Amino acid sequence: MHEASITESMLSLALEKAGEAQAKKIVRINLVVGELSGVVGDCVQFYFDHISKNTIAEGAALSFETKPTQIRCRKCQHVFTPENHEWACPKCHETSAEIVSGRECYMESIEVE
Amino acid sequence: MTVKVITVGEKILGTNNAKAEENKTRLARYGILTINIMSSPGAGKTSLILATIKHISQKARIAVIEGDVASSIDADKVNALGIPVVQINTAGGCHLDAFMVEKGLDNLPLEKIDLLFIENVGNLICPNNYLLGEDIKLMIASMPEGDDKPYKYPAMFADTDVVILNKVDLQPYLDFNEKAFRKAVTGLNPDVIILPVSCKTGAGMPAWFKWLEGALKAKKKG
Repeated sequence: MHEASITESMLSLALEKAGEAQAKKIVRINLVVGELSGVVGDCVQFYFDHISKNTIAEGAALSFETKPTQIRCRKCQHVFTPENHEWACPKCHETSAEIVSGRECYMESIEVE
Repeated sequence: MTVKVITVGEKILGTNNAKAEENKTRLARYGILTINIMSSPGAGKTSLILATIKHISQKARIAVIEGDVASSIDADKVNALGIPVVQINTAGGCHLDAFMVEKGLDNLPLEKIDLLFIENVGNLICPNNYLLGEDIKLMIASMPEGDDKPYKYPAMFADTDVVILNKVDLQPYLDFNEKAFRKAVTGLNPDVIILPVSCKTGAGMPAWFKWLEGALKAKKKG
């Protein structure tokens, strides 16, 4: 459900940037979304199709670049993708780690005409 | 027509974050300690607020913003204790955002408040992504939910300042392993404060009150 508000924020950011560039039409919106961000691309697309109607973003393609979860071991600094449920470091088996990637939720660029 | 690429590089929730900063500045002007309370539904957010009001309302002036998908059940309970409360219904929305909280603040007597609890919508997925203007993020995890939740909702546990582990009175009936839970939470968030309590029996609550009174004093000192 949070995709509704995320899509509204995303559309308004895209329209603002396109307006500043005096664009006639937005053809593509490039988004970067982390696995841990809780954002489901299909849901965003669903809301976008609805709320972008009658704006210059209507019909724009949404492109999602998904960032995998990456964590850094606090003991040996090794950066890895967690595979076991305890998030243990594959090198030193420490179970204390910091999330370094996977929470992204930003707009990289828009393509306009 | 030629296609032009415009680099944006901005967070999608940037507008919310900017509004949260405005709220924070506004609250700071009145010296109000603001705590954003998050948990799954039924973990004990309202119970913690009600128990805290009963204990601390002689020492600090409290107000509450209640966020729920629907109903005013929680706000009615707070109101019955004579505490200023604003109910926000998100109409299906799964979190509070900074704009909703701004409207809540417009309807509270800010000059007469020392401590503001914002009870978020019960959800472990996204409320932590929406800054509200709070000083402290507090999560409630309750024993019946299981000790593995930090691994299932890592971002929530990584962001929080305080974890209240509620319903410890149910421990004899559950397989909840507190040691494993602590290891998981501190693994993600080494600086977090974990306070095991039972809002029902009052067990562990003095430690929470002591922590809260310390935070209130620190806020007053600025």
